[in-house]
Amino acid sequence: MALLNELAKKKEGLVEGHRLCPGCTHSVIMRQVLAAADTDKYDIVVAAATGCFEVSSGLYPYTSWNIPWIHNAFENAASTISGIEAMYRLWKKKGRTDKDIRFIAIASDGGTYDIGLQALSGAIERGHQFLYICNDNNAYQNTGNQRSSATPFGASTTTSPNGTVLQGKSQPKKDIMSVLEGHHMQYLAQASPSNWRDLMDKAKTALDVNGPTYMNVIEPCTTGWGFPSNKSIEIAQLAVDTCIWPLYEIIEGKVKINYKPKNKLPVEEFLKPQKRFAHLFKKGNEHLIKEYQGQVDKHWEWLLAREASGIGY
Amino acid sequence: MSEKLLNWDEILIGGAIKDPGNSKSYETGSWRVERPVWNPESCIQCMFCWVYCPDSSILVDENGKMAGIDYDHCKGCGICVEQCPTKPKSLAMLLEAEAKGKSEEEIRKEAFSK
Ligand SMILES: Cc1ncc(C[n+]2csc(CCOP(=O)(O)OP(=O)(O)O)c2C)c(N)n1
Ligand code: SF4
Ligand code: SF4
Ligand code: SF4
Ligand SMILES: [Mg+2]
Repeated sequence: MALLNELAKKKEGLVEGHRLCPGCTHSVIMRQVLAAADTDKYDIVVAAATGCFEVSSGLYPYTSWNIPWIHNAFENAASTISGIEAMYRLWKKKGRTDKDIRFIAIASDGGTYDIGLQALSGAIERGHQFLYICNDNNAYQNTGNQRSSATPFGASTTTSPNGTVLQGKSQPKKDIMSVLEGHHMQYLAQASPSNWRDLMDKAKTALDVNGPTYMNVIEPCTTGWGFPSNKSIEIAQLAVDTCIWPLYEIIEGKVKINYKPKNKLPVEEFLKPQKRFAHLFKKGNEHLIKEYQGQVDKHWEWLLAREASGIGY
Repeated sequence: MSEKLLNWDEILIGGAIKDPGNSKSYETGSWRVERPVWNPESCIQCMFCWVYCPDSSILVDENGKMAGIDYDHCKGCGICVEQCPTKPKSLAMLLEAEAKGKSEEEIRKEAFSK
């Protein structure tokens, strides 16, 4: 990856003037992806699912996109990009274009783990060449923080509140990487905007694959998670250092862990600065933190074992 | 910000917008309560502020170097200050109310005296 000074000279694909909350990382992630993309070599077309990023960057009559961008609906970013990619391939075959174009679909967890999963699965199975990026902010944030299948265990949302009956979400988070891996695609990666170099390398790699690829990116949400706007990157780093959000790739079925914290932090370090987990620190709720730590450890150890096995497909 | 609304028959099919990146003309700087202030003397040009800014508000010169803050768009989130690695930091937050009416030099003095 080039030096940041080199990347900073490039024309930006996503510009200022969008209406995301101050400190929102949706745009940070996309800026890093577009900075990494080899735009001297190819053009990029983006399709976005409904959500915070879409409404904030495409608020008519404004657009924050300097590159072709389309929004269709909430559930079908993958179908929308499939159609565009299929048309592009036809045009290439007929000689109507000689451009090299790469395709990106972008959605958050609601539009990926839940309502967009069917469209995504279909698009991957059909083998379109596109990179699907999920900016996972752990809930339906644009409509005010409702739980999704990506909401972690114990997190309080408006539909998994903490009170006398519930103590936040009672189910663990869906392992979307494993769900999608079942499509036997060539490349999947999990990344974090705090580790920008790693994220950029992954985006660049994914964009060069001749087929569907997937990136799962943690997207700290200051408003929904309840932390000060200046802490977004620190929160992402804490997710990485607690192994709540491991940085890894699955290349042809083989797991490669990109970062193993020398000092794996306890989950409390990630939970403590966020309002959505405040109730877990009340007296009598110690077992919930313990349970969450157990879930995180189990997944981390499973990842380590998979990497060690070297098994792919 | 006032803008002329389009008639229904002036809107392009699909709600297309013809001017890429036209949100630049929408100034989100007015949202700001605090502003980041830059000290070029201690800056090591690592560009971490640039790579982490959610609002593309770190100004860049033709050599790809940090050149200041775009106060028309910076929302004052403070991420750049948190992520600046120099000791002492080369960016510091100052309340807009305290910056009002002051020269650039006075603002810098005020921000880094704390
Ligand atoms: C079919 C459909 N159902 C519901 C909505 C309302 N809606 C708009 S954005 C949104 C939440 C988006 O959540 P997510 O995909 O996680 O994106 P985020 O806002 O968190 O970035 C919902 C439910 C919609 N636009 N379309
Ligand atoms: S609610 Fe969260 S995800 Fe949505 S714009 Fe605000 S910080 Fe970003
Ligand atoms: S305060 Fe936030 S928006 Fe302003 S320049 Fe720093 S990182 Fe960018
Ligand atoms: S993060 Fe700090 S040291 Fe690095 S370029 Fe920005 S102001 Fe300079
Ligand atoms: Mg979401």
